[in-house]
Amino acid sequence: MTEPILAEHHPLDDLIRADRMPHIWCPGCGIGIAMRCYAQGILDSGLPVKDHVVVSGIGCSGRVAGYMNLDSYHTTHGRAIPFAMGIKLAKPELMVTVFSGDGDLVAIGGNHLIHAARRNIDVKVICINNFNFGMTGGQFGPTTPRGAIATTAPYGNFELPFNLPYLLAAAGANYIARWTTLHARQLKKSILEAFSKPGFTFIEVLAPCPIGFGKSNNINDGLEEMELYRDRCVMARQGEMNPEELEIDLREDKPILIGKFIDRDRPPFHPFMKGQS
Amino acid sequence: MAAEQVRTGLHFMSGDEACAEGALAAGCRFFGGYPITPSTEIAEHLARRLPEVNGVFVQMEDELASMAIILGASAAGARAMTATSGPGFSLMMENIGLGMMLELPCVVIDVQRGSPSTGLPTMPGQSDVMQARWGSHGDYESIAYAPWSPQEMFDLTIHCFNVADRYRLPVFLLADEVVGHMVERVAVPACDSIEHWERKHAATPPGEHFEPFKITDPDLVPPIVHAGEGYCIHYTGLTHDERGYPDMTAATHNELVTRLVEKVRVNRENIIRTEGYSLEDAEIVVIAYGCTARSARQAVREARQAGIRAGLLRLISLWPFPEEEIARLATRARSLIVAEMNLGQISREVERCARRPARGVFHAGGMMIPPDPILQAIREASA
Repeated sequence: MTEPILAEHHPLDDLIRADRMPHIWCPGCGIGIAMRCYAQGILDSGLPVKDHVVVSGIGCSGRVAGYMNLDSYHTTHGRAIPFAMGIKLAKPELMVTVFSGDGDLVAIGGNHLIHAARRNIDVKVICINNFNFGMTGGQFGPTTPRGAIATTAPYGNFELPFNLPYLLAAAGANYIARWTTLHARQLKKSILEAFSKPGFTFIEVLAPCPIGFGKSNNINDGLEEMELYRDRCVMARQGEMNPEELEIDLREDKPILIGKFIDRDRPPFHPFMKGQS
Repeated sequence: MAAEQVRTGLHFMSGDEACAEGALAAGCRFFGGYPITPSTEIAEHLARRLPEVNGVFVQMEDELASMAIILGASAAGARAMTATSGPGFSLMMENIGLGMMLELPCVVIDVQRGSPSTGLPTMPGQSDVMQARWGSHGDYESIAYAPWSPQEMFDLTIHCFNVADRYRLPVFLLADEVVGHMVERVAVPACDSIEHWERKHAATPPGEHFEPFKITDPDLVPPIVHAGEGYCIHYTGLTHDERGYPDMTAATHNELVTRLVEKVRVNRENIIRTEGYSLEDAEIVVIAYGCTARSARQAVREARQAGIRAGLLRLISLWPFPEEEIARLATRARSLIVAEMNLGQISREVERCARRPARGVFHAGGMMIPPDPILQAIREASA
């Protein structure tokens, strides 16, 4: 048997607040993978770590701000984007990322999300989509597929969900992609692309929530959901957006489109200043 | 630069414009807001003026976002402000609570109108004063000023920024439609004579051990650091310890929330402002603020002419409440009268501090209380 290799130092040690571990996430949760991709993206971005700022709202994904060893702001439910806008406009040299969940960004924060995309403000959004309100115990939300069981939809969710890439494309974002926590390398590459893309960028990350969503919808654990991603994910051709094809229902045997959907260069939001005009 | 920033000289301007000019003179370089009558002129004026001084003007999608964006700007070091009226002030309460918890300085202007709900959009009210004290959930101590003239809209806006920066919290300017739309003489002082209280910045350099919410000064205000300075600090609206980390224990919660309240209370002498008129020998004391104090002063003058020993205590600050001063007045005045454009909000505070009933001259809003009903109350009290 070969000797184990013991590393003194992990490349992400300085980027994660080790003194905040253990984290609150459940076994099989996908948020940690996405956070790791974000951290690697920061290291690979070439920007000094002190120039990266992370802002979160409320919920399981919102806890990412507390685990990143950056200037990090864990704000109110749904308001991470306008808070982040304030930081970005007051200090444009900073790379401001909003890391939060679908419940936070799309339900209570939905208005801020579409308006930030419309303005094309230079804020980077990483949106974990686990199809439910996980932290409060598995209630349905604006991304829950129709018919899925949730604690507040015991007879099956009778609402239709948002189609996030399509919504954001209509609202005006410069960059829109969707990955899953199975696609860690692609996700990290996408985060790096977003860092170098001026304007509003939106990356949807499908992530298992085995406790909140999976168990009541016949997806028994996180690994099973990852296998499901592997079986069904299909790379989208950039620029082609058929709204029906973008819809997701994990319980149906149909392809899940992933990839980069929008990459364009509309002018980013810039406040008028006479001194610079 | 200075000439653009501070329009030194005598002007004839509305209270709303004076407020906007006061903000610029205070060094405010960030405004995020949503249009609402009767505060809109502040946004309109700053939309024109902020770009001239390389400031940021953003019109947001609602007041939830307006309050959030100014907190973000403040976190990055900017002097930031928003302006609204009652319905918008209600929406801001959520992130006002966040500002109290994160201890982020900023200024919120509320040009009050007839309320509740949509109420009387173009007409005055003074019924948000308790909302300014208790509006967001939880215990915190707020700071609010009530200008009675366009000149004070200018002066107190500057003061609000200073107090906000000094004590690290959102500070309210509770104006009303009368004062906001009234046009009067406003004297803008020379740039170098404008008072500027700095934020207390951390002395520890970035990279060294630093606990952002550790209290070492008797003023109970933690030193601040801003986004991008290299401190890698964590701010959370959750109950947090001295490191800024979430700590959901009853002990930490009690310690944190008690300090948030106490930091205003222990510094109250530097915050509270009042002004007296003919108070020296007054047997009957009228207490009023904002536009109502203008009528009250007239009523006191007329009462004096009629030989009644009346006086006025004008509250320039509403919160923290001048408890000691009211208690002192109550010991020597025969009668206390509170005049306000609501159905009895500050009068409850006056009665609490005076430990006896006060006569109220109330109106639900929509029109300024004229001097006559106040004079009538003085006459009744002196009879």
